Amino acid sequence: MTAISERQQRAYIASQAADMRVNVELETEGMTLNIGPQHPATHGTLRIIVKLDGEQVVAADPVPGYMHRGYEKLTEVRTFPQVNSLINRIDWLGSFANEVPFILAAEQLMDVEAPPRAQWIRTLLFELSRIANVTLFLGDMAVQLGAVTPVFYAFRDREYVLNLIESATGGRFHPNFDRIGGLKDDLPKGWIAETKQVMVKVNAFCDELETLLVGNEIFNLRTRGIGVIPPEVALSYGLSGANLRSSGVDWDNRRDTPVGLVYDKLDWKVWTHPDGDSFARYWVRLQEVREAAKMVIQLCDGLPPGPIMAKVPRIIKVPAGEAWVATENPLGEMGYYVVSKGDLVPFRVKIRSASFNNISIVPWLLRGVYVPDVITILASLYFILGDIDR
Amino acid sequence: MSAVVLADLAYWQVSILRVLGLLAAVLLPAGTIVYLFLFKMMSFMQSRLGPMEAGPYGSMQLLAEVGKWLQKEDLFPNGADRRVFAWAPIVVVASTFIMYTVVPFGPDAWFADIPTGIYFALAVSSVSVIGILMAGWASANKYSLMGGLRSAGQLIAYELPLVLAVLGVVIQAGTMNMQGIVEAQRNGEMFGVGFIGNPYIITQFVGFAVFMIAMQAELTQPPFDMPVAESELVAGYMTEYSGFRFLLFFIGEYATAGAFSAIAAVLFLGGWALPGIGFDADIMNLLGPLVMLTKMMLIVFLVMWFRFTYPRFREDQLQIFAWKYLIPVSLVNIAVTAVLKVAF
Repeated sequence: MTAISERQQRAYIASQAADMRVNVELETEGMTLNIGPQHPATHGTLRIIVKLDGEQVVAADPVPGYMHRGYEKLTEVRTFPQVNSLINRIDWLGSFANEVPFILAAEQLMDVEAPPRAQWIRTLLFELSRIANVTLFLGDMAVQLGAVTPVFYAFRDREYVLNLIESATGGRFHPNFDRIGGLKDDLPKGWIAETKQVMVKVNAFCDELETLLVGNEIFNLRTRGIGVIPPEVALSYGLSGANLRSSGVDWDNRRDTPVGLVYDKLDWKVWTHPDGDSFARYWVRLQEVREAAKMVIQLCDGLPPGPIMAKVPRIIKVPAGEAWVATENPLGEMGYYVVSKGDLVPFRVKIRSASFNNISIVPWLLRGVYVPDVITILASLYFILGDIDR
Repeated sequence: MSAVVLADLAYWQVSILRVLGLLAAVLLPAGTIVYLFLFKMMSFMQSRLGPMEAGPYGSMQLLAEVGKWLQKEDLFPNGADRRVFAWAPIVVVASTFIMYTVVPFGPDAWFADIPTGIYFALAVSSVSVIGILMAGWASANKYSLMGGLRSAGQLIAYELPLVLAVLGVVIQAGTMNMQGIVEAQRNGEMFGVGFIGNPYIITQFVGFAVFMIAMQAELTQPPFDMPVAESELVAGYMTEYSGFRFLLFFIGEYATAGAFSAIAAVLFLGGWALPGIGFDADIMNLLGPLVMLTKMMLIVFLVMWFRFTYPRFREDQLQIFAWKYLIPVSLVNIAVTAVLKVAF
């Protein structure tokens, strides 16, 4: 017989009691509602099985995997440079940020270091993809709460950032720009001046949302105190990124585990919020966009001259070994554990994507809330389906 | 003039003319609202152009949409209560049509001159709740059911402030007849100044504010769009509808917006009357509808402005707002109005 801990016993009794409450005490019948896989609030194919008592959630069970593409397995039959184009598609809104940790892991194995200019441009594009990603969240959260207008502003101002990424890399959504040992190309002419202008627009967008949404009474009513995650719970579920920081945990991979990027040379701040509710998650992300815009301007100013590519062999064979590199991606901590056997292809790649861990808290968080709050909480956790299912 | 013409016609001829007029009165404002506000104003507020291809400046877009909906298959979901499912949109649209009947557009341009017109209009406006509940129940869809139930709760809660806000006007005008309310506003005077009459938006401003908020909720427009909350309930009670039946719901939504704004225009903005032109002048039968349309569009503009700006309430917050704030405020308004009416 398997031993059952006291905690498991209590959890079982509590869940039974919850079911009993639905059926006996109130003499109401529970209802099982499938939110998804096709549902406007999941912006993708996430399915959440929700047991309802009236409009109150008794139990919620997320079912990911409808969009599983088997990237971890696919990497094993692709050479290292080919893997790069594949992992662009994990978090499709901030694609460049997906490439960086993998390339850094490969560089670590090969013992190559990118030249300083390449590192600065990498950081620059990394922050641009953060802006491109999180601005969409800032509008999307409003749509989930019923305000249709901010999302169009988000798309409008995000377009400028995407244009920048496109003119620098050639790809709007999937740049595939990072190379082992540096970057594919240098920045085009006039790009720096244009970037600074766009950052003014991004800041204006943040100010606009601050007055339109953050100061709105209904927005405050809908988000404050909804979906509160205490810091210890957030840590135990492995949350990362803004979801963790909005619970008051001061942890940022950019500052605390700097690898290969130049964040230590910049003047910036890690934003946290003590509340841990949906409002805090929105607010922290809003500040992070501003902070990213600030960083981009600093990066533009301090861009060192020099080559953008280190000396690497034409055919890349990565020496045998294992490497783990994690960076602070737009959605949270994203890491690659790369195992190489000295071949053209990696032997095994484990992808730690942020959204998968971020939605693991959903069953804990959704218990006892109302259906409209389910949407608020899911929106504020901010996941991207590609990042959950890989 | 038209009164003379109408008097010469047989009863059935007058009835047919009235029905045609009612059709125009329901559909023309609804179409104008959809094009002006839903297509164009919304787009401009969201930094885009909206429909531009169909007709000059996209003005024929609505016809294209209607054509598209008419072509679609008349779908019934498995397990749906077919008869109830089919009748639900008709019930909703019927209540809108009946609401329009009591609205006067000129000295003789009315469809039915009921002595208790405003009472009748508010009463039949609640019939649409039945249609929405029917749609929610008969769709055999959990989202629809939740949308229908939310809708019922919301509409019943906001009926009360709506009626109470109207009571202030009725007390001041001393009549429930819509034509009488227009006349009272035209012939009224403020502090001895009778040039533009006395539109009740000035003396009944609290009532107007409460009426506008309750109207927003009755129309289930954001921030009170819990029943159709598209990010939660897909489309609420309309989820399973397509084709012609969806079109009926769609017309119903914007025609009801027109009907409520027409009532608001009569109650608070002085209706069809123009200062300087006699109350019974025949020319007002032509100008009156235009004046009414302008005032209606002004009010719908307010409704749509709120709609495109605010996030939506949660169900309980919405009820709290109605019962704890709107109803007490409108009760105080009634008491103050009654006291002042007796005093002056």
